[in-house]
Amino acid sequence: MLGKQAFFRHSVFPQAGGMRSVRQNVIRRRGTGLASLWRYLLAGLGLAALLVGVLAVVYLTVPHSAQPVGPDVSRTKKTDNGLYVASFVPERGVVRQGELESWVLTLKTKTGASVERAAIAISGGMPQHNHGLPTSPQATDYLGEGRYRIEGLKFTMSGWWQLRFAISSGAGSDTVLFNVVL
Amino acid sequence: MRRLFCFLALTVAVLLGGCGKPDFSDAEKKTIASLALNTLPALKPDTTNRFADVPAAAALGSTLFFDVGMSRDGTVSCSTCHKIDRQFQDDLPQAVGVGRTNRRTMPLAGVARDPWFFWDGRRDSLWAQALTPLENPLEQAGNRTAYAHYMKARFGERYERIFGPLPDFSGIPLNASPLGSDTEKAAWNAMSDAQRDAINSVYANIGKAIAAFERSIEPTPTRFDRFALDLATGAEPKGDAAFSREEILGLKLFIGKANCVTCHNGPRFTDNGFHNTGVPPVAGLPADRGRVDAVAQVEADPFNCFGAYRDGEASACGELRFMVKDAPELVRAYKTPSLRGATTRPPYMHAGQFSSLDEVVAHYAKAAPSVEGVSEVHPLELSDRERAALVAFLKTLSE
Repeated sequence: MLGKQAFFRHSVFPQAGGMRSVRQNVIRRRGTGLASLWRYLLAGLGLAALLVGVLAVVYLTVPHSAQPVGPDVSRTKKTDNGLYVASFVPERGVVRQGELESWVLTLKTKTGASVERAAIAISGGMPQHNHGLPTSPQATDYLGEGRYRIEGLKFTMSGWWQLRFAISSGAGSDTVLFNVVL
Repeated sequence: MRRLFCFLALTVAVLLGGCGKPDFSDAEKKTIASLALNTLPALKPDTTNRFADVPAAAALGSTLFFDVGMSRDGTVSCSTCHKIDRQFQDDLPQAVGVGRTNRRTMPLAGVARDPWFFWDGRRDSLWAQALTPLENPLEQAGNRTAYAHYMKARFGERYERIFGPLPDFSGIPLNASPLGSDTEKAAWNAMSDAQRDAINSVYANIGKAIAAFERSIEPTPTRFDRFALDLATGAEPKGDAAFSREEILGLKLFIGKANCVTCHNGPRFTDNGFHNTGVPPVAGLPADRGRVDAVAQVEADPFNCFGAYRDGEASACGELRFMVKDAPELVRAYKTPSLRGATTRPPYMHAGQFSSLDEVVAHYAKAAPSVEGVSEVHPLELSDRERAALVAFLKTLSE
């Protein structure tokens, strides 16, 4: 059992020292009861602080761990061998789940020249679900300035989709992969 | 001292109680809102059927839908299997028309929103679908010229008011079809191209009238929709819109750990896609490879979107144009069915393989490999309590 003097010496309350004579009187009257009450209070506060600490740690870490670093979803990137710079955007600006959509693939050379008459093959799927695309999108139109309309895309579920383009033109053949996360 | 203990105990209880409160994250709320029926967009016009929204066509279609005269032996109509008081299905593992088929009858709520029809998607429009059972020997078992003759004899005036003049029937055999018996096929082949085209047009119009009627069959709001609406608006769910703890757990599993929402998404609880989920075949039924065999059938269908009987522009044919024709995942892939009303219409799966939702949940948790092709489903640890909760949640889509 902690002595009363020792208790106040180690008290976390600076005003406790100034209260000593009063406290000592009270303690004298009640024996050791108050000392243990303070001990419990301190323990309680410690417990509460610990709980708050644990909750704070949980609160601060959960949102981060629940959102692992996702795939690179940039809409413009260099093709795998650096032959082209490709960008891939929805024609209407927004992605709608469950509907046939058109996107536009823009192809430029390293020097920024538009790539014309490119042959484009499209494949893809959902790497986490072990299946390919639910449709067979195709490059259906050349819109000028290196822009190709890709029709027949359909994202039937939310999640991580991959679209691979095999591009072939006078500048050579190359591939590029775009990630789309819904 | 005791009061202090009480205070501490109470604080801890409140803190822990707060953690266990059944509320939803913002992501969960977003998903739940996306499943609610109020997010179902208005039904789009079907430009391939210019009679799709013509009331007289829908009225004729409803007459035809319930008319047992629309079959070889005069005993089977669309409504024989698509029963109006049973969510337009028949509660049987495999449909029974003139004969016994190898597939489960699909319910019709919201059917006009499907891009593909039948469990394997072997038709690409509602009107082309409606024509298929008419000539299937196991369903209505009729033949094309017989249906055209029947339309003239029974509904001639109604038909002409909607679709214009019927063709000249002189020289048209009573029974002929490219799909019928050898005699019917021979009679069909003996007809002139103009005669065949005229009969095909009448036949297509039968499908277009039935489709116009079926467009009126839409899903109705359920307890889940009332719950979801209250959750979205922040209102306290009252009456039957309030979910029990078990139903909330089931909903959380459905959109979370159990991954159901991956395919059963959107306000109709379907991605309108085809998936191999390892559902076993039924002994005694003919070989069934699902979507992989349907691709050639829809391409060969003279009533498909590329065919001569489509109204409107070919730009409406995107689904057929960009259809996946050759991929390993088409093997034993079947359409994701809507889960609305599912609780009250066992048995489940494309040939009625499972007699209860408990069996369905057990199948998905176990994720047995497919007899052919690769199942997309991964095994899942679900406690008995969690399985029961999933089933309890599904029930809210039928109430």
